[in-house]
Amino acid sequence: MTETVGIVIVSHSPDVARGTADMVRQMVGEEIPLAWCGGAPGGGLGSSVEAIMAAIEQAWSEKGVAIMVDLGGAETNSEMAIEMLPPERQGRVVVCNAPIVEGAVIAATEASGGASLEEVKRTAEELSPS
Amino acid sequence: MSATQKTPAPHAAGTALLTHAVGLHARPSVKLTKLAKQFAARIDLGLSDAGPWIDAKSIVKVMAAKAPQGSTLHFRAEGADAAEAVTALVGLVERDFDEGAGDGGA
Repeated sequence: MTETVGIVIVSHSPDVARGTADMVRQMVGEEIPLAWCGGAPGGGLGSSVEAIMAAIEQAWSEKGVAIMVDLGGAETNSEMAIEMLPPERQGRVVVCNAPIVEGAVIAATEASGGASLEEVKRTAEELSPS
Repeated sequence: MSATQKTPAPHAAGTALLTHAVGLHARPSVKLTKLAKQFAARIDLGLSDAGPWIDAKSIVKVMAAKAPQGSTLHFRAEGADAAEAVTALVGLVERDFDEGAGDGGA
Protein backbone atom coordinates (compact mmCIF):
# COMPACT_ATOMS: atom_id res chain seq x y z
CA MET A 1 0.00 0.00 0.00
CA THR A 2 2.85 2.32 -0.75
CA GLU A 3 1.10 4.24 -3.44
CA THR A 4 -2.45 5.55 -3.56
CA VAL A 5 -4.58 7.11 -6.27
CA GLY A 6 -4.03 10.86 -6.53
CA ILE A 7 -6.85 13.41 -6.24
CA VAL A 8 -7.16 16.65 -8.22
CA ILE A 9 -9.77 19.27 -7.31
CA VAL A 10 -10.89 21.65 -10.05
CA SER A 11 -13.27 24.48 -9.18
CA HIS A 12 -14.17 27.74 -10.84
CA SER A 13 -13.19 29.38 -7.58
CA PRO A 14 -9.70 29.10 -6.12
CA ASP A 15 -11.25 29.53 -2.66
CA VAL A 16 -13.56 26.55 -3.15
CA ALA A 17 -10.72 24.42 -4.54
CA ARG A 18 -8.34 25.35 -1.72
CA GLY A 19 -11.04 24.88 0.93
CA THR A 20 -11.97 21.47 -0.46
CA ALA A 21 -8.31 20.45 -0.42
CA ASP A 22 -8.07 21.63 3.21
CA MET A 23 -11.01 19.43 4.14
CA VAL A 24 -9.40 16.43 2.48
CA ARG A 25 -6.11 17.03 4.26
CA GLN A 26 -7.73 17.51 7.65
CA MET A 27 -10.32 14.75 7.43
CA VAL A 28 -8.43 12.09 5.53
CA GLY A 29 -4.75 12.91 5.96
CA GLU A 30 -1.49 13.64 4.24
CA GLU A 31 -0.88 10.27 2.64
CA ILE A 32 -2.70 10.82 -0.65
CA PRO A 33 -1.24 12.85 -3.51
CA LEU A 34 -3.51 15.90 -3.77
CA ALA A 35 -3.53 19.04 -5.88
CA TRP A 36 -6.08 21.73 -6.62
CA CYS A 37 -6.61 24.52 -9.08
CA GLY A 38 -9.26 27.12 -9.63
CA GLY A 39 -9.86 30.44 -11.29
CA ALA A 40 -9.32 31.78 -14.78
CA PRO A 41 -5.73 32.40 -15.95
CA GLY A 42 -6.25 36.16 -15.81
CA GLY A 43 -7.94 36.10 -12.41
CA GLY A 44 -11.61 35.80 -11.63
CA LEU A 45 -13.78 32.72 -11.75
CA GLY A 46 -13.00 30.06 -14.30
CA SER A 47 -10.80 27.10 -15.00
CA SER A 48 -7.74 26.55 -17.11
CA VAL A 49 -6.54 23.52 -19.02
CA GLU A 50 -2.92 24.41 -18.22
CA ALA A 51 -3.56 24.69 -14.51
CA ILE A 52 -5.45 21.38 -14.53
CA MET A 53 -2.54 19.69 -16.34
CA ALA A 54 -0.13 21.08 -13.77
CA ALA A 55 -2.34 19.80 -10.95
CA ILE A 56 -2.49 16.33 -12.53
CA GLU A 57 1.31 16.36 -12.72
CA GLN A 58 1.55 17.42 -9.07
CA ALA A 59 -0.85 14.73 -7.84
CA TRP A 60 0.46 12.07 -10.22
CA SER A 61 0.44 8.50 -9.02
CA GLU A 62 1.18 5.32 -10.92
CA LYS A 63 -2.22 4.13 -9.66
CA GLY A 64 -3.86 7.02 -11.48
CA VAL A 65 -5.55 10.30 -10.68
CA ALA A 66 -9.23 11.04 -9.95
CA ILE A 67 -10.40 14.56 -10.79
CA MET A 68 -13.24 16.19 -8.86
CA VAL A 69 -14.94 19.10 -10.64
CA ASP A 70 -17.70 21.58 -9.91
CA LEU A 71 -19.52 22.90 -12.98
CA GLY A 72 -19.44 22.97 -16.77
CA GLY A 73 -16.07 24.36 -17.81
CA ALA A 74 -14.26 22.66 -14.96
CA GLU A 75 -15.43 19.36 -16.39
CA THR A 76 -14.85 20.11 -20.08
CA ASN A 77 -11.44 21.65 -19.38
CA SER A 78 -10.51 18.62 -17.29
CA GLU A 79 -11.46 16.34 -20.16
CA MET A 80 -9.38 18.51 -22.48
CA ALA A 81 -6.44 18.34 -20.07
CA ILE A 82 -6.69 14.54 -20.03
CA GLU A 83 -6.64 14.46 -23.84
CA MET A 84 -3.44 16.51 -23.84
CA LEU A 85 -1.61 14.15 -21.50
CA PRO A 86 0.96 11.73 -22.86
CA PRO A 87 -0.88 8.65 -24.20
CA GLU A 88 0.47 6.37 -21.48
CA ARG A 89 -1.14 8.56 -18.84
CA GLN A 90 -4.47 9.26 -20.52
CA GLY A 91 -6.09 6.00 -19.46
CA ARG A 92 -5.14 6.55 -15.86
CA VAL A 93 -6.91 9.85 -15.24
CA VAL A 94 -10.69 10.05 -14.78
CA VAL A 95 -13.23 12.76 -14.03
CA CYS A 96 -15.66 11.71 -11.29
CA ASN A 97 -19.33 12.52 -11.56
CA ALA A 98 -19.78 13.51 -7.93
CA PRO A 99 -20.32 16.63 -5.83
CA ILE A 100 -16.92 18.31 -5.53
CA VAL A 101 -16.52 18.60 -1.75
CA GLU A 102 -18.20 15.39 -0.66
CA GLY A 103 -16.74 13.53 -3.62
CA ALA A 104 -13.20 14.67 -2.82
CA VAL A 105 -13.41 13.53 0.81
CA ILE A 106 -15.01 10.20 -0.13
CA ALA A 107 -12.58 9.59 -3.01
CA ALA A 108 -9.59 10.41 -0.80
CA THR A 109 -10.85 8.09 1.95
CA GLU A 110 -11.24 5.29 -0.55
CA ALA A 111 -7.84 6.04 -2.10
CA SER A 112 -6.11 6.04 1.27
CA GLY A 113 -7.02 2.38 1.71
CA GLY A 114 -5.10 1.49 -1.43
CA ALA A 115 -8.13 1.21 -3.72
CA SER A 116 -7.77 1.17 -7.50
CA LEU A 117 -8.73 4.16 -9.64
CA GLU A 118 -11.95 2.38 -10.71
CA GLU A 119 -12.91 1.74 -7.08
CA VAL A 120 -12.18 5.34 -6.11
CA LYS A 121 -14.34 6.66 -8.96
CA ARG A 122 -17.16 4.23 -8.24
CA THR A 123 -17.19 5.09 -4.54
CA ALA A 124 -17.24 8.84 -5.17
CA GLU A 125 -20.06 8.38 -7.65
CA GLU A 126 -22.09 6.27 -5.22
CA LEU A 127 -22.85 9.57 -3.54
CA SER A 128 -24.65 11.04 -6.52
CA PRO A 129 -28.41 11.05 -6.23
CA SER A 130 -28.34 9.62 -9.80
CA MET B 1 -3.41 -33.77 -0.30
CA SER B 2 -5.43 -34.03 2.85
CA ALA B 3 -9.08 -34.83 2.53
CA THR B 4 -11.92 -32.45 3.22
CA GLN B 5 -10.12 -30.33 5.75
CA LYS B 6 -11.91 -27.07 6.10
CA THR B 7 -10.69 -24.46 8.49
CA PRO B 8 -13.45 -21.97 9.08
CA ALA B 9 -12.27 -18.38 9.05
CA PRO B 10 -12.08 -16.91 12.54
CA HIS B 11 -15.04 -14.78 13.57
CA ALA B 12 -15.09 -11.95 16.06
CA ALA B 13 -17.69 -9.52 17.31
CA GLY B 14 -17.82 -6.55 19.64
CA THR B 15 -19.82 -3.50 20.56
CA ALA B 16 -19.03 0.05 21.56
CA LEU B 17 -21.18 2.92 22.74
CA LEU B 18 -21.06 5.93 20.45
CA THR B 19 -20.48 8.90 22.72
CA HIS B 20 -19.47 11.43 20.10
CA ALA B 21 -21.59 14.55 20.47
CA VAL B 22 -22.94 14.60 16.95
CA GLY B 23 -22.91 10.89 16.25
CA LEU B 24 -21.15 9.09 13.44
CA HIS B 25 -20.74 12.15 11.22
CA ALA B 26 -18.23 12.84 8.50
CA ARG B 27 -14.88 12.84 10.25
CA PRO B 28 -15.49 9.86 12.54
CA SER B 29 -16.87 7.94 9.57
CA VAL B 30 -13.67 8.61 7.65
CA LYS B 31 -11.54 7.45 10.60
CA LEU B 32 -13.60 4.32 11.14
CA THR B 33 -13.52 3.37 7.47
CA LYS B 34 -9.81 4.03 7.12
CA LEU B 35 -9.08 1.84 10.13
CA ALA B 36 -11.37 -0.94 8.88
CA LYS B 37 -9.56 -0.95 5.54
CA GLN B 38 -6.29 -1.80 7.29
CA PHE B 39 -7.58 -5.29 8.00
CA ALA B 40 -8.04 -8.15 5.57
CA ALA B 41 -11.10 -9.46 7.40
CA ARG B 42 -14.59 -8.76 6.19
CA ILE B 43 -16.04 -6.30 8.70
CA ASP B 44 -19.68 -5.39 9.17
CA LEU B 45 -21.13 -2.58 11.20
CA GLY B 46 -24.65 -2.73 12.59
CA LEU B 47 -26.77 -0.43 14.70
CA SER B 48 -28.28 -3.44 16.46
CA ASP B 49 -27.14 -7.00 17.02
CA ALA B 50 -29.76 -8.09 14.52
CA GLY B 51 -28.46 -5.74 11.82
CA PRO B 52 -29.05 -4.53 9.24
CA TRP B 53 -25.34 -4.88 8.60
CA ILE B 54 -23.29 -2.61 6.40
CA ASP B 55 -19.76 -2.92 5.09
CA ALA B 56 -17.56 -1.06 7.59
CA LYS B 57 -15.04 -0.41 4.79
CA SER B 58 -17.57 1.53 2.71
CA ILE B 59 -17.29 5.21 3.55
CA VAL B 60 -20.52 5.98 1.71
CA LYS B 61 -22.52 3.37 3.63
CA VAL B 62 -20.99 4.23 7.00
CA MET B 63 -21.77 7.91 6.55
CA ALA B 64 -25.27 7.13 5.29
CA ALA B 65 -25.98 5.08 8.42
CA LYS B 66 -26.05 8.39 10.38
CA ALA B 67 -25.66 6.65 13.72
CA PRO B 68 -26.69 9.15 16.41
CA GLN B 69 -24.99 9.81 19.74
CA GLY B 70 -25.92 7.13 22.25
CA SER B 71 -26.13 4.35 19.64
CA THR B 72 -24.38 1.12 20.30
CA LEU B 73 -22.23 0.19 17.34
CA HIS B 74 -22.00 -3.51 16.65
CA PHE B 75 -19.02 -4.91 14.80
CA ARG B 76 -18.64 -8.38 13.43
CA ALA B 77 -15.70 -9.62 11.43
CA GLU B 78 -14.66 -12.72 9.58
CA GLY B 79 -11.13 -13.52 8.51
CA ALA B 80 -7.67 -14.22 9.83
CA ASP B 81 -7.35 -10.84 11.55
CA ALA B 82 -11.01 -10.59 12.64
CA ALA B 83 -10.24 -10.35 16.36
CA GLU B 84 -7.64 -7.60 15.88
CA ALA B 85 -10.01 -5.69 13.62
CA VAL B 86 -12.88 -5.71 16.11
CA THR B 87 -10.57 -4.76 18.98
CA ALA B 88 -9.16 -1.86 16.99
CA LEU B 89 -12.55 -0.54 15.88
CA VAL B 90 -14.15 -0.84 19.33
CA GLY B 91 -11.10 0.97 20.71
CA LEU B 92 -11.45 3.81 18.21
CA VAL B 93 -15.10 4.38 19.12
CA GLU B 94 -14.37 4.12 22.85
CA ARG B 95 -11.59 6.69 22.51
CA ASP B 96 -14.16 8.94 20.85
CA PHE B 97 -12.25 8.78 17.54
CA ASP B 98 -9.19 10.39 19.09
CA GLU B 99 -10.72 13.81 18.67
CA GLY B 100 -9.25 16.16 21.18
CA ALA B 101 -11.10 19.13 22.59
CA GLY B 102 -11.34 22.08 20.25
CA ASP B 103 -11.29 19.85 17.22
CA GLY B 104 -14.49 21.38 15.97
CA GLY B 105 -17.66 19.69 14.91
CA ALA B 106 -17.40 18.86 11.23
